[in-house]
Amino acid sequence: MVNYALADAVVITKRQLLQLARIPELLVFSTIQPVMFVLLFRFVFGGSIQTDQPGGYVQLLMPGIFVQTVAFTLASTAIGLAEDMKKGLIDRFRSLPISRGAVVIGRTFGDALLNLLVLAVMALAGFAVGWRPTSGVMKVSLGFLFLFMFGYALSWIGIYVGLSVKEARTVQSVGFLVTFPLTFLSNAFAPTTGMPRALQYFAEWNPVSSMVAACRQLFGVENQFGATANSWPSQHPLETSLLYMLLLMAIFIPLSIKKYKNTSH
Amino acid sequence: MIAENLIKTYDKGKVRALDDLSLDVEEGTVLSVLGPNGAGKTTTVRILATLLRPDSGVATVAGIDVAKHPDKVRKLIGLSGQYAAVDETLTGWDNLVMFGRLHHLGKQQSINLANELLERFSLTDSARRAIKTYSGGMRRRLDLAASLIVQPKVLFLDEPTTGLDPRGRMEMWKVIEELVMGGVTLLLTTQYLDEADQLADEIAVIDHGKVIARGSSDALKRQVGGERLEITVESDDVAKVQEIVTRISRHATHVDSRTVSAPVSNGAGALIEALRALDESKIHPLDIALKRPSLDDVFLSLTGHVAEETVIEPVKKKRGGRW
Ligand SMILES: Nc1ncnc2c1ncn2[C@@H]1O[C@H](COP(=O)(O)OP(=O)(O)OP(=O)(O)O)[C@@H](O)[C@H]1O
Ligand SMILES: [Mg+2]
Repeated sequence: MVNYALADAVVITKRQLLQLARIPELLVFSTIQPVMFVLLFRFVFGGSIQTDQPGGYVQLLMPGIFVQTVAFTLASTAIGLAEDMKKGLIDRFRSLPISRGAVVIGRTFGDALLNLLVLAVMALAGFAVGWRPTSGVMKVSLGFLFLFMFGYALSWIGIYVGLSVKEARTVQSVGFLVTFPLTFLSNAFAPTTGMPRALQYFAEWNPVSSMVAACRQLFGVENQFGATANSWPSQHPLETSLLYMLLLMAIFIPLSIKKYKNTSH
Repeated sequence: MIAENLIKTYDKGKVRALDDLSLDVEEGTVLSVLGPNGAGKTTTVRILATLLRPDSGVATVAGIDVAKHPDKVRKLIGLSGQYAAVDETLTGWDNLVMFGRLHHLGKQQSINLANELLERFSLTDSARRAIKTYSGGMRRRLDLAASLIVQPKVLFLDEPTTGLDPRGRMEMWKVIEELVMGGVTLLLTTQYLDEADQLADEIAVIDHGKVIARGSSDALKRQVGGERLEITVESDDVAKVQEIVTRISRHATHVDSRTVSAPVSNGAGALIEALRALDESKIHPLDIALKRPSLDDVFLSLTGHVAEETVIEPVKKKRGGRW
């Protein structure tokens, strides 16, 4: 049964990739948006944000945009799942003798693969506008591994949201409602030093901030901290990020699979 | 396949979709569950197909309890739900190969089977087109094909022809008849009496989540009264026509303003007899017709109300005594 579980999940993942092959627009748009963010932030805000960062604002910005983009996996996973539910496809899958989590595991694999591609395209776009990580191949690769894992962990929250909300349009709103504050109430685009003190503390404990700080560190950039400079998450962004990811997966993988088993309209 | 005393409520008990529903289908036979919108057809199918748990009651398929061993049941059944459930962005071929793989068939086996099924359901020409571009009938056929990947022992079809044009319906009926000939046990829901008539060995009429009648289609029709002769005339002639119709039908007539109607056994003969009698009496009918019993008539005679959607009024709590 266990070997089937993986085989079944792979079939579901393949289906998602086939969808991308059949509607190439999907692929184009899921990569255009992050690239657009890179360009917008680099040229619209980049000009007015003062920094003494060697290499300029773009070095601080890219980790932020990488994290924001993978954070949106939460919404895209949830939307994709909700659409399948609505079309009755999930019902059909559930009436088949396939192993329990295969359908949702397959979707998280598919979204993870898509993330790999999106990250690659963004890295190229970043490179084109002056992003130059200085920490060497090993650390940069580790940074991307972190981003990939973060996307994967959030994908599982997306599964839970998608199974709980069911209506694709509501899911979209919920997805953005969660991801927007998280990505903006963080150190992703501007240093938290400018925020009111209370928000600085929120931002410090925000997983997005830890991830951004971790990526900056791995890409060879100094983080800037205000009131929270001495706190544990600020001092240990790598460990904090890793803990967050493991915690999210430990909670949402079993929860989602259980929810999937019990879901019925 | 047996369902015993199924009860299922939605919205925390406010909507009673199934209200003590019991059914049984003998192996190798076809049961048609006939009922109007909201009667509980889909709910029944979903419970039997392991997608929904009843609040109470027991359902078994091939002797296996669907709530206790859904995995075992899933190996035996095929389901084609009320709305085609296939991946719209993929082609018909993609879908069937995917479902083959999900049934743990080998790659080549899945491909061969997909080709075979597409051929059998006359979809070969559109095999490489996205389902999005399919007509309603084609979608339905593909959905049915997808439920036949492994020869299911028991097949559930939820309103397989609703929304199809007459030709699409005939094609679907042909396909279903072939399946039945192959020996599958079939539970088919429908809103159309003629469909149940055509395809089913037994019919269970359900309304408000209850079985209100069951039997062969002939038995049900007899209960409804078979065909009715209906004549509309000028008001002056109603009395005379009532006399004629009573004589032909030997049943009580029903008069609705200027229309006189009554059940008849030999429809065509009764029609000729009526025309002759009208002619002899020099009465010119405005309209004369033989009406076959429709689902409405079944409902009218079985429930005393016209088919309608189940709308459960919230029970208003009465406070104290009167004032
Ligand atoms: N998920 C749900 N939540 C709330 N009520 C529901 C739900 N599903 C069905 N119902 C209600 O349960 C009753 C039975 O529904 P069901 O879908 O089984 O009817 P049906 O006979 O299949 O109708 P139709 O011919 O329209 O498909 C209806 O009153 C319907 O409104
Ligand atoms: Mg229905």
